[in-house]
Amino acid sequence: MRETKYWTWHMAAGVVILFLLGVHMVTMHLGGITHWFAPAGGEAISQANILFRDGRLFFTVTYILLLGVALYHGLYGLRTILFELTLKPAVEKAISFVLLVVGLGLFGLGTWAAITVHTIAIAGIRG
Amino acid sequence: MPEDSKTVRQIKFHVTRYNPESDGAPYVKTYTIPVREGMTVLDGLHYIKDNVDSTLAWRYSCRMGVCGSCGMLLNGQPTLACNTQILHIAKTDLTVAPLPNFDIIRDLVPDLLSMFDKHRSLKPYVVRADEAEINDPAGEFYQSPEELEAYLQFTYCIKCGCCMAACPTLATDARYLGPMPLAAAERYNVDTRDDGRRQRNQQTGSAHGAFRCHYAGECSRVCPKGVDPAKAIQLLKRKLVLDYLHLARRKKPCQKLHGPGQGKPLPNIPAGPAKTV
Repeated sequence: MRETKYWTWHMAAGVVILFLLGVHMVTMHLGGITHWFAPAGGEAISQANILFRDGRLFFTVTYILLLGVALYHGLYGLRTILFELTLKPAVEKAISFVLLVVGLGLFGLGTWAAITVHTIAIAGIRG
Repeated sequence: MPEDSKTVRQIKFHVTRYNPESDGAPYVKTYTIPVREGMTVLDGLHYIKDNVDSTLAWRYSCRMGVCGSCGMLLNGQPTLACNTQILHIAKTDLTVAPLPNFDIIRDLVPDLLSMFDKHRSLKPYVVRADEAEINDPAGEFYQSPEELEAYLQFTYCIKCGCCMAACPTLATDARYLGPMPLAAAERYNVDTRDDGRRQRNQQTGSAHGAFRCHYAGECSRVCPKGVDPAKAIQLLKRKLVLDYLHLARRKKPCQKLHGPGQGKPLPNIPAGPAKTV
């Protein structure tokens, strides 16, 4: 049943990605029309708008969540493709371990970056 | 088949030959035979064996699409040789090869043991706590027509291996359980007499179980009996996820009714004839 657990979370991660990517697309590409999360006007990626979003805890949590589910979804998908090559069980275990380490490493790095940027943005807002 | 005026056309049979004791690898040998309307590929192979090359080997039994023995690759399509007419699929040339995704025993004879081993591992039979009743039945189990309909189509499987040969996942992952065993698991999981789904989940939910299916759907397309294994696998996936999330309805298997002939008949049904045995 372990694989069932992985698969279920893979599906759930896909749904979360769908929602978060929707938020991302709206923020990045419809910012000029909606002005959602881009109160300074102009481009969504202008410094003022980025500082606005990075200073919000909601966005920092969202970035970390998106990073986590995207990494899990993508790396599990890669593992699935690799496992279809009829590998030896030892090689499969090694692949799982390497992907887990890579995933955790990238997640740690991304989380550190998101928190650091959040801290800088808050400091900038406070002046 | 007598070669007479009924002969419609000369067809070239490009047959894969392989004898593991003498050949390094499979090779193709061409036989030209007279074909008349209504002649099946199995008839053509018989013609070759009787008149051209008696060393050709293939597997067959019933000759009427019931036993599932003569599955082979005809013009690149896995199907039964006994219910495929030559003129329906060939104008001048016909390629005949053993089912892919299996080892070859000889010529057109695939080794189906790997499929049956996987099939056996999924407990393709009714599993119940009251095993004595299964082995020595003293009554009958009630099942409504709707409950029968839920799994009926999967019982039509004749284990010919065509779905396994067509499966692209099995082509790369030899340990993948494959469409036939997984459809058989679903057939028993849905059966209201059965209580073995959670036991089968260990296998169907394994690393090479139902979740490896890409839903290419080739298994359902080639099935000579019209079974839909791809659907069975998707239903299996759904039930596995629901079981993991503890959202699947827990139902006890249907209970035994009175012994045979002891049920109460509906009113206004005339009595049957006297028993003769």
